[in-house]
Amino acid sequence: MGADLPRKRIIGYADKLSLAPGETIAFKASCEDIASYRADIVRLVSADLHPQGRGWIEEEIATPVSGSYRGREQAIPVGSWALVDDAPGLCCESLTVCLHLWPTTPHKGEQALLARMDPEGRRGWMLLIDGAGAIALRIATDKGVTIVTTGVALQERVWSFVGAGFDGATGAIRVWQRPQKTWPGHDATGDGSGAASGSLDAMGLPLGIAARPGRVEGLRRFCLDPCNGKLEAPRLYGRAMDAGQAIALQNNPGAERSLVAAWDFARDTMSETVRDIGPAAHDGQLINVPTRAMTGHNWDGGVMDWKAAPQHYGAIHFHDDDITDCGWDTDFVLTVSEGQKSGIYAARLVAGEQSDHIPFVVRPPRGAATADVLFLLPSASYLAYANEHGAIESAGAMDAFSGHLSGLSAQDLLLGERPDLGYSLYCHHGDGSGVAVSSRLRPVLNMRPGVTNAWVGPAGTFPWQFNADLPLVDFLEHEGFAFDVATDEDLHDEGLDLLSRYRVVMTGSHPEYYSKPMLDALGGWLQRGGRLMYLGGNGFYWRVAFHPEIKGVMELRRGEDGIRDWVSQGGEYYQAFDGAYGGMWERQGRPIHALAGVGMAGQGFDISGFYRRTPASRDPRAAFVFEGITDEIIGDFGTVGGGAAGIEVDRCDFAKGSPPNTLVLASSEGLSDLYFPGPEEIDNARPFMDGSQNPNLRADMTFHETGNGGAVFSTGSIAWIGSLSWNGFDNNVAGVTANVLRRFLDPEPFPEP
Amino acid sequence: MDAIDPARKDLVDEFRAKPVGRQSGDLRRLLNAMRRHPDLPPYILVCTRAQREWHLATKPAGRGAVTTLLDHPPFSDPLEAEWQVFRLRWKALTGEDLPHGR
Repeated sequence: MGADLPRKRIIGYADKLSLAPGETIAFKASCEDIASYRADIVRLVSADLHPQGRGWIEEEIATPVSGSYRGREQAIPVGSWALVDDAPGLCCESLTVCLHLWPTTPHKGEQALLARMDPEGRRGWMLLIDGAGAIALRIATDKGVTIVTTGVALQERVWSFVGAGFDGATGAIRVWQRPQKTWPGHDATGDGSGAASGSLDAMGLPLGIAARPGRVEGLRRFCLDPCNGKLEAPRLYGRAMDAGQAIALQNNPGAERSLVAAWDFARDTMSETVRDIGPAAHDGQLINVPTRAMTGHNWDGGVMDWKAAPQHYGAIHFHDDDITDCGWDTDFVLTVSEGQKSGIYAARLVAGEQSDHIPFVVRPPRGAATADVLFLLPSASYLAYANEHGAIESAGAMDAFSGHLSGLSAQDLLLGERPDLGYSLYCHHGDGSGVAVSSRLRPVLNMRPGVTNAWVGPAGTFPWQFNADLPLVDFLEHEGFAFDVATDEDLHDEGLDLLSRYRVVMTGSHPEYYSKPMLDALGGWLQRGGRLMYLGGNGFYWRVAFHPEIKGVMELRRGEDGIRDWVSQGGEYYQAFDGAYGGMWERQGRPIHALAGVGMAGQGFDISGFYRRTPASRDPRAAFVFEGITDEIIGDFGTVGGGAAGIEVDRCDFAKGSPPNTLVLASSEGLSDLYFPGPEEIDNARPFMDGSQNPNLRADMTFHETGNGGAVFSTGSIAWIGSLSWNGFDNNVAGVTANVLRRFLDPEPFPEP
Repeated sequence: MDAIDPARKDLVDEFRAKPVGRQSGDLRRLLNAMRRHPDLPPYILVCTRAQREWHLATKPAGRGAVTTLLDHPPFSDPLEAEWQVFRLRWKALTGEDLPHGR
C-alpha cells in the first residue's frame, strides 16, 4: 500500500490568545514518542499553500524562548462534573442519596451520579447507573464491595427520581427509580434491595456529582465514570430512607434533621459553583463547564427564561466529553518585548518532521494604537469552530452536502481519535446533545497556519477562519499599510475604548459570532464616524456570551432560527453565562444588514463565483472604490473556489434593515446549485431556492455612509480575502481593497449623500 | 429514490468534464444517489502533503469509526480523485467499467 495514516504527535496551547508588550504568555505542549523539540517564536505572514498561492512566510523573532525542550505526554482531564471537597460533615454511617435524573446514555456503562469513593473503588459509596442502565448503589466497606441494583434499565431522556438508602446498622440497602413518564410495555419503574456487611468509612474522600473523583496531577483533576445527562437537586441525608420518604422530602429537604447536603443547581447559575442549601453549605466546584440553565424535571413550558422561574431550571447537563481547561504544565513562557510590532505570532514547535504552531496576537500597548488600521481578528468565530469534526464524524455523508470528497488531515485524524480534545459549537456531544460551550484552553488543531477545512472545497483545499484570514496580513504588509491586530476577546473586554483609537477596522473572512459588548462597541464606533471594512461573509450572525469567570470560554444557544447543526432544546434558548436570550442577532432586533449593509443570504462549499459591477458602481459617491479599475468583472480568480464571491455570501436587503443610502456596487454570479439559503430565509420551501435560480442568493459589494464622516464597505463573501494575493497582488480584488482602505484612512469626512 | 440508469452516459460525460461546480439537475440527482447509497463504501481522502497529495480511504460516519487507507495510487489533483471515486461507484451500481483517465 505504501502509505500510512499521517499522525500528529506534538500539540499545544497557550494560556492567552492576545497580549500586549511587557505581558507574559505560557505555552504548554504534549508530545507522543518525542524526546525533545525545538521552540521558536515566529511572526506569521502567510501560510497559503494553494498551488498558486504565496506559500509559507514567517519571520523568526529572537526571544529567550528559542531552544530545546523536553517532550512529554500530558493527559487531558476530560468530562464535566462537580467536586465537593472532603469535610467531616459529609460522613455518615447510614445514608440516603437521591436526585432527579434525565439520562442521555443509560447504556454507556457505569456512570457515577453521586460518589464518595476512592479511585480504586475499595472504600466509600456511589450511586450510579450500572452497566445494564439501571440505578444501583455500590457500597465498599472493610468487608468488601456490595452492589444493589434495580435491574431495570432507565428510559433515555425521561426524567426519573432515583436514589438509594443504606442502613449502616443493619447493612440494608434499598435502591429505586421512579420515571415521570411510562408507556405500555415501557415502564422503567424499578426497586432493588440487598445488604452489605462491614462499616462504611469515606473519611478523607471528596464527593463527586456526575462523576467519581479521580487522580490529581498538577492542576489537573481527573474524574472516573463520568455520566451523560441532566442532573437536578441531588440530596444526601444521614439516615436510610425508602423512595417514598425521599420523594416527600425532595422539595423541602431542610425538614429532615439528618440532612447533610442539598445542592440547588438553580442558584448562582452564571457561576461555576453549585450551592448546597443544607446546614453545612458543602458547596461544590464545577469542572469543565457543564451546561447550566437547563430545564428541570418540573419545567412545563410556561416559562422560557430561566431567570424568570429558576425553580424550573434546576438542572445541569453534564457530558463525559466536556473539556474547558486541559490544565497542562507549562513548557515555556514568553514575555513580549516592549516595542514588539503588533501582529499575529506563533510559538513554533518542531521535532523532526513533526511540528505545531500555537498562534497568539501581540496587540499594541494597552491604551495606545500604533497605526490607524485595526485588523480585528475574529477569534470568537475561531472559538466557535474550534476542533470542528464535520468531516471526521460525518465522513462520506459530507460529500452530498459539500459537493465533493472531504480530505482528512493529520489534525482531523487526531481529533477523531481523541474525544478528550473536545468539540466545536458545530458538533454534538457523545450523547447527541449540541455542544454549547467552547474553550481555547486546549489544543485547537484547526486554528493553525496552513490548516484547511476537511470538507470545504474539493479534498478540503479551501482555507477556513484563521488560515483564511492570514492573507489579509500578507496583503497589508505587501501594500505597505501599517496596522494593529486585536482579537474579539479584546473587543469584548474593552469595547468602544479599544476601537476609538482607530480610523479603520478591517474584519476577517467570517466574523460570525458576536457578544453584545462586541456588537455594541462596533455599532457605537460607527456612529462616531468609524470606517468599517467588512471583508467577509455571514458575519455578526450569532449572539454568544463569554464566561464571566473563565477567560477564553464562550457559550452559544442555537435557538429559534438560523443555520444550525444542532438545535437547542425548547426552553433552553437563554444563555447561562449572562442570562441573555441567545440565537441570531437578526431575531433580536439587531440585523447585520443595518450594521454592514448586507446580511447572510446563503452558503455553498464547492466553488466560488465572481462579482459583476452594477450601474451604482459609477455613482460619484463610490468613485474611489474603482479608481484605476475598468473591469466589469471583479474577482473571477482566487484560492477559495476560484472566485472572490462565495462559500458564505451576504446580500443587501432594505426590507431587512440595509440603510437606505446603501449603494450596491457589484453583485455575484456563478454560484452552484449546492448553494442554499439559511432557514431564516425559508418561510416556505420553494423549487427555486438553489444558487443558480435564487435571485436573493448572492454576494453584494456595498458602500454606505454612516454619518459623522464614517462609512462601511462590505464584500459579503468569505472568499474575498482568498483572492487578494492572486497574481502577486496585481488583481482587481486587491485593487478595490487598497482603494477603499486608502480612502477610509483619509481623515476627510464622508459627506452625507 | 430513482434507480440509477446505466444508459445515461451523458451524465457520465458531464461529470467527467466538470466533477465539481454547477451541474445539471439530472447529474445532481445521480450524484446524490451515489453519495448517499447505503451499500457503497464511505469514500474519503486522506491528505498526506498539504494541497499536494491525497490517498483514497474509507471512513464510516460516527464517532470513533476507523479510517482505512485503500490500495490505490495517490492523487495530486482533487478532481482526479472525484473521477476515480465516481468510477468506483458507477462500477458498483451498474457493473460497468468507465475509462480510467479523465
